[in-house]
Amino acid sequence: MKRAMIRLFFSVLALLAALPATAGVVIEHWHTAAGARVQFVASRGLPMLDVQVDFAAGSMFDPAGKSGLAALTRALLDLGAASRDETAIAEELADVGAHLGGGADTDRASVSLRTLSAPEKRAVGLDILRAALAQPRFEASILEREKERTSAALKEAMTRPHSIAGKAFWAALYPEHPYGRQATPESIAALGRDDLTAFHARYYTAANASITLIGDLSRAEAEQIAEQISARLPPGAPQPLPPPPAVGSGGVTAIAHPATQAHILIGLPAIERGHPDFFPLLVGNYTLGGGGFVSRLMKEVRDKRGFAYSVYSYFSPLKQTGPFQIGLQTKRSQAREAIALSREVLARFLAEGPSEEELAAAKANLTGSFPLRLDSNRKILDNVAVIGFYGLPLDYLDRYQERVAAVTAAEVKAAFARHVQPAALRTVTVAAD
Amino acid sequence: MRMRPRLLTALLCPWLIGAALANPFETTLDNGLRIIVKEDRRAPTAVHMVWYRIGSMDEVDGASGVAHVLEHMMFKGTPTVGPGEFNQRVAAAGGRDNAFTSRDYTAYFQQIPKEKLGEMMHLEADRMRHLTVDAKEFAQEIKVVMEERRMRTDDNPEAKLFEQMNAVALQTHPYRRPIIGWMNDLENMSAADAKAWYDTWYVPNNAYVVISGDVDHQEVFALAKTHYGPLAARPLPPRKQQVEPRQEGPRRITVKAPAELPTLIMAYKAPVLRDIEKDSDPYALQMLAAILDGHDAARFNKKLVREEKVALAAGIEYDNTARGPGMLYLHGTPAAGKTVADLEAALRGEIERVRRDGVSAAELKRAKAQLLASEVYKLDSMFGQAMEIGQIESAGLPYRQLGRMLEKLQAVSAADVQAVAGKYFADDALTVGVLDPQPLDGKPRRPAIPTRH
Repeated sequence: MKRAMIRLFFSVLALLAALPATAGVVIEHWHTAAGARVQFVASRGLPMLDVQVDFAAGSMFDPAGKSGLAALTRALLDLGAASRDETAIAEELADVGAHLGGGADTDRASVSLRTLSAPEKRAVGLDILRAALAQPRFEASILEREKERTSAALKEAMTRPHSIAGKAFWAALYPEHPYGRQATPESIAALGRDDLTAFHARYYTAANASITLIGDLSRAEAEQIAEQISARLPPGAPQPLPPPPAVGSGGVTAIAHPATQAHILIGLPAIERGHPDFFPLLVGNYTLGGGGFVSRLMKEVRDKRGFAYSVYSYFSPLKQTGPFQIGLQTKRSQAREAIALSREVLARFLAEGPSEEELAAAKANLTGSFPLRLDSNRKILDNVAVIGFYGLPLDYLDRYQERVAAVTAAEVKAAFARHVQPAALRTVTVAAD
Repeated sequence: MRMRPRLLTALLCPWLIGAALANPFETTLDNGLRIIVKEDRRAPTAVHMVWYRIGSMDEVDGASGVAHVLEHMMFKGTPTVGPGEFNQRVAAAGGRDNAFTSRDYTAYFQQIPKEKLGEMMHLEADRMRHLTVDAKEFAQEIKVVMEERRMRTDDNPEAKLFEQMNAVALQTHPYRRPIIGWMNDLENMSAADAKAWYDTWYVPNNAYVVISGDVDHQEVFALAKTHYGPLAARPLPPRKQQVEPRQEGPRRITVKAPAELPTLIMAYKAPVLRDIEKDSDPYALQMLAAILDGHDAARFNKKLVREEKVALAAGIEYDNTARGPGMLYLHGTPAAGKTVADLEAALRGEIERVRRDGVSAAELKRAKAQLLASEVYKLDSMFGQAMEIGQIESAGLPYRQLGRMLEKLQAVSAADVQAVAGKYFADDALTVGVLDPQPLDGKPRRPAIPTRH
């Protein structure tokens, strides 16, 4: 390319980047004719566009005995769709500097596109995105190849203490619920092309989709893009959820491993998305183990005793009751001591709640750092996609700071008492002496 | 609603372009501390980073890891800020902070609401010259660092392979030592070692500050003068340049660790940019890497993973900027029924194919289009923009030349790419590292199940 053109390119970028942005995130929301939810944030500062389409098609919808189906279906969407094979998809995206991303977790299967927003550039990526969502080929030879790769990755993961602990933790917390089921080499081997096509037909529908757009678009352009995406999808219907998980009886799962460090997870099923106790738990957990370097767990486990490099706690609200979790890694010989200490820190917090000083510090950080949660298109996309997918109120971000500020110490204590019962805590250890 | 200026506006108003190109802005304080400001008004936040030109490559044998240990100790207080209080004050300001140590540099950062910048400068300036290295705090923190080493390296087979391979690929250059340090060196380290490191290297004339965000550069310069200005400069000890002797034959190493799959790394000595104008091979190698591994249908993934199914994954790593010697890594995991030898042959085959047949115009154009698009996406991250400036400076290259580097990359020809494929992949400059997976229970593995391949 010519040097002068690149200079010009840089100059334009520099100009665009220097423009002030408006404060706050204005989410425009509507449904497409086919019934998909849409969230749109106009962000005209940079000549780029992010589109994310989320389906309620995560691993919780894996049929019994077919664990791994949701993830594999998602993985194959962009490995050949409509008129393009996997090579054409990757090459055409690269030719316009676009990327497809996403994946599947317990609740969601996501496909996201990042592209330059110039109409002739974005048209390529959007065409591929639409095809991947609506007309994946699920070619037999590619399915076999990806099954082999997935199976090998699962076998490898089962040698790693971190992965072993994570899988055992979910299995122990959710013995009767799909959240506790894990893909295995055997369950992957049993999957056939028909399973993928059936899963795709049932869950990748307009009724089951949430489309989030942020970037250099007008509302009219965003409407047109969303229409074109959802028009290719079958209308479908919202799919029923499994019965909600129950809180188990607690206990210890100890797994042997030759690692030098023990991996320790302690937790239980706690809350779902949109639960009214979310803000008291968020504010309280900041003091317990969410506040990075300043939490009680960090001070006691890392700073005072040097037991661990990383120690944390968090609530992970999901479509259905998601876990509360404490995690750390420590030299295997001191695992018992570290577990006892962590549980003692938790017990004290449950008994006392945060001090007034701690509560004030938690609120100062959570409200003060709020702008950092939204200072890029990527971060806004992540937040707004969650709002859209889980059906959180559209003013969720606008009211975030005031809801944090309104939390009292008594509410924290009461919310923790409701959701974290010490007797129900499950402790999972890998490589602990 | 605010309108975005059209391309035409930029073309017609050259003075606007001139003003925009001054961004980033820079000043140097009397004590030698450089302040670089990248204004980005998209959100009311800022990133404040202090980069010290001191990393693990400046350590000596027996004291590996001290740069990183000192990074941990930097949070343990000064006469006016108690242990842990640094983090508390950043948190109270609504900020997030951390630090990282590399072979070339040690850097500290805070992401903050923009109005807190002055307070962050106050804290960073304080610990730039007034750190307390308390023996009791050190005794706790060194245990934390050992846990970090266990987590990152000792229990991570790929990291262990990389660490050991590096120690074989390089024989004299300090890059052969791990950044986190050998465990035995950590066991022997004292608070006095950390203090000596700090006293020697933590001075304003060995640092630079990078700020990005919704700030006015003149105001930032004034704040910097207030907070950092009073710190005294001090001469630095001379740094002896250490040149790795020429490798004269291939080297091989095997590491055994609990795992399921073998891993292969092939490390080739490669050049890095020293002169942005005169050097050409580092640009060509970067484009080669993009053609081999820049997207899902790039050569490695297309041929080795998808078509020939010799690998479960295959990739290339090459960073063309560094203070020390450069290295280019080919790496991968063989597919079921294939061996590391099969994979090594296949990786060599792909390099040979470029050397023999060159690359297509379409492949090169694609790699360049991706590069240009990534320049736009980069601007979405305030943190990323500050990182880019900090990193290029750490390698001794001026951030003002980032645009010129992009031009040089865009000017790479297919013949250039073909030439470097023939020049830097000789066996004599190669070190091969193999992870030999071991069963978790220490018992021999069952014989492999026969495969269809």
